[in-house]
Amino acid sequence: MSEDLRAAVGAGVLGSEDAYRDLLRSIVEVARAIFGAKASSIFLLDEDTDELVFEAVAGEGADELVGTRLPSSTGIAGWVLVTRQPLVLDDVRSDPRFSRETAEKTGFVPQGLMAVPLLYDEQALGVLQVLDRPQRSRFSLREMDLLGLFASQAAIGLQLLRAARHARAVLGEGSGDAGVLARIAGLLETLDGEQRQSAIRLLGELEHLLGS
Amino acid sequence: MIEEELPAWSLPADAVERIRAGWPDRVTREWAWGDATGAGVRVCILDSGVEPGHPRVGEVHGAVVIEVEDKEVTVTDDEEGDLCGHGTACAGIVRSLAPECELWSARVLGAGYTGSGDVLLAGLRWAVEQGFDVVNMSLSTTKRKFAATLHELADQAYFKRTTIVASAHNMPVESYPWRFASVISVASHEDEDPFTFYANPEPPVEFFARGVDVEVAWLGGESVVSTGNSFATPHLTGICALIRSKHPELTPFELKSVLYLTASNVAEER
Repeated sequence: MSEDLRAAVGAGVLGSEDAYRDLLRSIVEVARAIFGAKASSIFLLDEDTDELVFEAVAGEGADELVGTRLPSSTGIAGWVLVTRQPLVLDDVRSDPRFSRETAEKTGFVPQGLMAVPLLYDEQALGVLQVLDRPQRSRFSLREMDLLGLFASQAAIGLQLLRAARHARAVLGEGSGDAGVLARIAGLLETLDGEQRQSAIRLLGELEHLLGS
Repeated sequence: MIEEELPAWSLPADAVERIRAGWPDRVTREWAWGDATGAGVRVCILDSGVEPGHPRVGEVHGAVVIEVEDKEVTVTDDEEGDLCGHGTACAGIVRSLAPECELWSARVLGAGYTGSGDVLLAGLRWAVEQGFDVVNMSLSTTKRKFAATLHELADQAYFKRTTIVASAHNMPVESYPWRFASVISVASHEDEDPFTFYANPEPPVEFFARGVDVEVAWLGGESVVSTGNSFATPHLTGICALIRSKHPELTPFELKSVLYLTASNVAEER
């Protein structure tokens, strides 16, 4: 079975893209709450255009930022993505260039940020940022570890979102064979009882007929 | 009887040379880098570029940008400086520890994510060819296809007496080059003293250096307070530069041994 066919069939039974968006949104909300920060956001790397896209935002700038794009290797988020290294910066008021990406879009100028790469297997999928946590004390490596844990969770969410999008894309390309299979897989999920049994029996016969 | 010379990798008994390391019975920090300034040592920052004229960085001896287009590598003078701030931060940390070292910048970031692995390899290859004494790599890749070539380059550097100091990863992923034994890998500790560094009895991370709440150079001649293994790395790079300036003959193997013997949790005196 080709990867695209697999994806299309998966699309029939996978949760909707909205569900994964909700998951990412929930991750940034929790990250923001735990660190007591003003805002938190997740960028997804769009490999086709080599850009970072705001995928989920909690707090300041939430409405304006989702969907906006930045170059993938400039600025803090780009550095974190390309180098796979987490970075924490505080007390950055003095440098307006530091925050221009966000500031230009929202007028919100962060004074500090934590940024961590979202890594899944060998891929860098995006970046998680936490903006303006209260600077009441020295930063601790424990906070860095916590950020890393959130990043692992966010990376899984992001990977699921990518898989769902890929599956939908395959379906949307009008690939006839894949589309039929996906629709059947989706319909099968909605059936129960005798109807479902009959459908599965019928598909079993079809499988037999096709020489499996 | 074979008349030809023996292969280079064998050593007949009568050819053994006495090596005079000249190391004292107890290697101390005073012996290792007392009164050293970094003078005569060439350090390369492989990063996002270095802002020229930053007060915390001082003179940048040379700055290049590495680009790869259709597998064609170009190395040109860098006119843009730093695209992020990070390379400037690293350069400033090295300068603060080794004030008279010769600083170079090789910009390997900024050309997009997709080609970043190829640029990183080309940048490291260039740095090894240039024969720098120390190369600071506050970056890593998770792409396995680059691992073998990176490994080869790290070994080349090791045998050409170029010491690579690389940031370790504090997340549970495979990444390179910090995991290679031929480089010096660094993670962060929370102490404030820039000369405090610890040897790790449980590698692969070999050393911990200052990496939390460090005031560093940033864009526009400014400074920020920062945290990350990527700032711990230039601290150890600076100390390596000091040691090499006092003991230029040291190989990467010997340099790592000196670091071990002078680490804050190993040395008898502070």
